[in-house]
Amino acid sequence: MDTKVERETTDTEYDVIVLGTGITECILSGLLSVDGKKVLHIDKQDHYGGESASVTLSQLYEKFKQNPISKEDREAKFGRDRDWSVDLIPKFLMANGELTNILIHTDVTRYVDFKQVSGSYVFKQGKIYKVPANEMEAISSPLMGIFEKRRMKKFLEWISSYKEDESSTHQGLDLDKNTMDEVYYKFGLGNSTKEFIGHSMALWTNDDYLNEPARPSFERIVLYCQSVARYGKSPYLYPLYGLGELPQGFARLSAIYGGTYMLDNPIEKVLYTEQGKFKGVETKLGTFNAPLVIADPTYFPEKCKSTGQRVIRAICILNHPVPGTSNADSLQIIIPQSQVSRKNDIYIAVMSDAHHVCSKNHYLAIISTIIETDKPHIELEPAFKLLGPIEEKFMGIAELFEPKEDGSKDNIYLSKSYDSSSHFETMTDDVKDIYFRVTGHPLVLKSRKDSQND
Amino acid sequence: MNSSITSVKLVLLGEAAVGKSSIVLRFVSNDFTENKEPTIGAAFLTQRVNIGDETVKFEIWDTAGQERFASLAPMYYRNAQAALVVYDVTKPQSFIKARHWVKELHEQASKGIIIALVGNKIDVLESGEERKVAREEAEKLAEEENLLYFETSAKTGENVNEVFLAIGEKIPLKKAEDQANQQHGLRITDDQRIDLASSTNGPVKASGCNC
Repeated sequence: MDTKVERETTDTEYDVIVLGTGITECILSGLLSVDGKKVLHIDKQDHYGGESASVTLSQLYEKFKQNPISKEDREAKFGRDRDWSVDLIPKFLMANGELTNILIHTDVTRYVDFKQVSGSYVFKQGKIYKVPANEMEAISSPLMGIFEKRRMKKFLEWISSYKEDESSTHQGLDLDKNTMDEVYYKFGLGNSTKEFIGHSMALWTNDDYLNEPARPSFERIVLYCQSVARYGKSPYLYPLYGLGELPQGFARLSAIYGGTYMLDNPIEKVLYTEQGKFKGVETKLGTFNAPLVIADPTYFPEKCKSTGQRVIRAICILNHPVPGTSNADSLQIIIPQSQVSRKNDIYIAVMSDAHHVCSKNHYLAIISTIIETDKPHIELEPAFKLLGPIEEKFMGIAELFEPKEDGSKDNIYLSKSYDSSSHFETMTDDVKDIYFRVTGHPLVLKSRKDSQND
Repeated sequence: MNSSITSVKLVLLGEAAVGKSSIVLRFVSNDFTENKEPTIGAAFLTQRVNIGDETVKFEIWDTAGQERFASLAPMYYRNAQAALVVYDVTKPQSFIKARHWVKELHEQASKGIIIALVGNKIDVLESGEERKVAREEAEKLAEEENLLYFETSAKTGENVNEVFLAIGEKIPLKKAEDQANQQHGLRITDDQRIDLASSTNGPVKASGCNC
């Protein structure tokens, strides 16, 4: 608003410097700006999103292929480049999940449009089945036999009527003492139903949860059911134009509240105080100081360690819907580990031009799983088989990193790599955890005031 | 009454300190219509303009400073139907920047975007300051690039409303299109977008659906 501001001067002192514009960093940047902190947000790359960006087809070829096809060939086959917005990390939003809450409470929903994902499917004995989204679908689903359906119904009734402070609703189970397997046993659920609940509803990627206390599983199932109940067809939402809209939306929030943005500005040097605490960064645009920094692992590789997990992701372009999905414009397929003799589930996320992420009559299917062998591309075979003919395939492997320390010693607060889960719940856990460590108080989501017109 | 409301996303572009936000504030806070809507956030203002028996509702996006270090997000241009490219008539550098933004809009924004080139701060010419960007030069650019062209003063309000009226008048075709989209949306209810905040019964966003 102030027309007297000298445009050449740039402040050098900030409350927080944020490095990387992945969704984790952008949410934190937005939240801290709204809190009144003076934020400088820098990315070494020339676009928003970091590891969680959505990219065009030409960028995808550049990133994954050594010999990109010519522009003419590419356009003849796939249409205009600008129609493509391909997620590097496939995920969906749980309709009732924490990211949805954050979006609503920050009003970032004003900048991003969402659509429902049409369905969730699960692989069983060579075929895919729609995960029932309501009772009617559950009754007619071929996934369970008639008796198993009754037991399942009893289990779900227990979930929905459970009240923490009314022990009569617990049916003798203790969520913190009983394991999930014990809960299944109590309701007499068979293996295939366990698999269905654990992998298609609780969205666990492996079976480790069976022998752990039931509470996290319980909470995941509640989240799943509430998310399905919210809009109907599936528990998932997806933003038009791709997941890359999310970091952009939160960056805009941060900017509106005074955050300064510098893309394409690599960090030349990190400055430390004599005590070894973070002091600032040197860049081609100048030296900027702040008492603390938030960054993704790529800015401080020496301060991160591998989680031991590596994820393989395969982005596939199709010119037809996925077979057996009633031509759904978007869906998730879960291939439970036990079905294909693995330890970790394989996920497929499918989107189409209905979500403005590819040109007309094309579909994007992104397959991901945690690598278990030294031939990871072969591990994805069961998924490729489900997709039918594939026009083009881009494969990449990512090692997952996490910070070695919590940041209290050097004031360097690092986020984790985006994991292989199919939703954003672990990402928002990371956001809340970093927010707490940085500010000293837990994140409380409040509505923004309606009258802040500067 | 058969009047309809067309929502138009309008984006502001121009060098820092040319008066982008002031133009919008002048436009929005003037008693131009009685339907002034309060908005959320500093950089998302709305204002309605009546043109004939139709109402155009401008959703005005400020850059929020993200243009300063060339860090505007693609989201900013997405589905923008109109743009104000603002320069300062006393600063030639800002006019060079305006050319750059026009080019950027042609590359990034939707094909049919209506662009208004706006030379601001003409009030200072009366107080003796020298004009550094000739009217002819700006007119030439406007003609070449098919832009609307105005010289304004956000300070006195001169010509500010006229800019938005002129844009509004070039919009009307959108109305028919929007209605078609709405029918389309009703027919294929599955295809409707979700209003995440609608638990409080907010209006479902039916505009701007370009499926």
